[in-house]
Amino acid sequence: MGLTRRGFFGAAAASASLAVATPDHPMLTTLTAPSISTTPGDTTVSVSCTINGTAQTLSIDPRVTLLDALRERLDLTGTKKGCDRGQCGACTVHVDGRRVLSCLTLAATVDGRQVTTVEGLASGNTLNPVQKAFMDNDGMQCGFCTSGQVMSAVALIREGHAGSADEIREWMSGNICRCGCYSNIVDAVIQAGTSGKAV
Amino acid sequence: MRPYTYATAATPSQAVGLATNASAYLAGGTTLVDLMKLDVMGPSSVIDINALALTGTTVDSAGLHIGALSRMSDVATDPNVTKAFPVIAQALVASASPQIRNMASIGGNLLQRTRCDYFRDVHTPCNKRQAGSGCPAQQGANRTHAILGTSTSCAATHPSDLAVALMALDAVLTVQSGTGSRQIALADFYQLPGSTPSIENTLKIGELITSVTVPPLAWATKSSYLKVRDRTSYEFALSSAAIAVQTSGSMIGAARVAVGGVGTIPWRLPSVESALAGTTAGIANFTKAAANAATGAKTLSENAFKVTLVQRVIVRALSELLGVTS
Repeated sequence: MGLTRRGFFGAAAASASLAVATPDHPMLTTLTAPSISTTPGDTTVSVSCTINGTAQTLSIDPRVTLLDALRERLDLTGTKKGCDRGQCGACTVHVDGRRVLSCLTLAATVDGRQVTTVEGLASGNTLNPVQKAFMDNDGMQCGFCTSGQVMSAVALIREGHAGSADEIREWMSGNICRCGCYSNIVDAVIQAGTSGKAV
Repeated sequence: MRPYTYATAATPSQAVGLATNASAYLAGGTTLVDLMKLDVMGPSSVIDINALALTGTTVDSAGLHIGALSRMSDVATDPNVTKAFPVIAQALVASASPQIRNMASIGGNLLQRTRCDYFRDVHTPCNKRQAGSGCPAQQGANRTHAILGTSTSCAATHPSDLAVALMALDAVLTVQSGTGSRQIALADFYQLPGSTPSIENTLKIGELITSVTVPPLAWATKSSYLKVRDRTSYEFALSSAAIAVQTSGSMIGAARVAVGGVGTIPWRLPSVESALAGTTAGIANFTKAAANAATGAKTLSENAFKVTLVQRVIVRALSELLGVTS
């Protein structure tokens, strides 16, 4: 696994950046120069939080969402950017144990908080029962929505909303699956919710 | 997203002290962050109010007080709410998704902006977003638009479910500014679009909603919220009804009725309430009373179905709440 898909695109993007930051395009390099201005856009905020049990401190533009901070700064790419508008649920993570949309959460607001992403669910090589149930029940097709579905399902079971298939459908409604794997997803949540194992 | 400065306020007075005519308060962010990304909103300063001690509920002789920073999901399961005012709890659970309800605050819910696609698309005209630019919904895609309280300048539907329930219950907002605090009845808060759709409420620049008070109403224990939409969950209302009914046997003493998904503001229906009072609970009387619901409605090319739908939603809500089948 010397070359991953993400690693390839990351390297390609870096090459592209280098290509444009030449003396022929001085404006591009000027724009990224450090600034001490306090006008909007030139300031950063410091955010200290715990992500999947590890303390992290970031210095970020206050416009950065938690989703972008996770993916672009911390390389935690398990959390997906679907609509980026709070309409699909692909970016679902837990903040202080509650499921939220990381695309509508400014990273600056999680200072002092505990964030859990899909990367923080398994213990070692042992999957969370919800992750295993999604595999057992084929609760995915393309997989893009899956980490958000799993994070929502874990929260749903902890909230006590896995009492019936109808209840699961209602309380999973914030997670859209465009492949239409809903029936298998419901089966997975039922399995995990009735397994007797802590999720 | 346009650049902004970011500050965290520790107290309400600190928050209002930071406010300017180009600032925005940030609570759950489910409206603000969304609309900043779309360039519909572009404050030059964002004031994070999440650290303010404005959460939780209390009950006293003035009624139920809900802290404006309480999250929708917490209020929906609060025993002070679920027993005395089921209509509030049901309106909250019918709103958005579990994730959004965990984030969004009560004050923010009441200030959420319309879902009109023209409002949300900065490449189209919209009188609400840019005064005087026009309203494409009048001739364009208007199936989800309002039929009550509209004008030739705007027919955007108010999206909140909670506001419909609170309107039926005569709720009052407490707001704070640099000069002190004041109370605003929700009935006086929302403004009809008229020729100035960009003015949506009577909040002044920098004012911060600190709490919502619901006056005591003993018979609101018999209340409910019914929401009809294009899909079963996680969708805005095509039509909804918040109702509370005082009954003695099969006789209706008094009723509260407000509807959502059909008005430019959450829409109270006193004419339906008075038509229900003093009648016997039954489908025929419900239907007769609900016939007043769309009085004065102005329909557009695609939303005339709401005239019938809103009446049927009221009848079904009353029937289900009172267990009436004929």
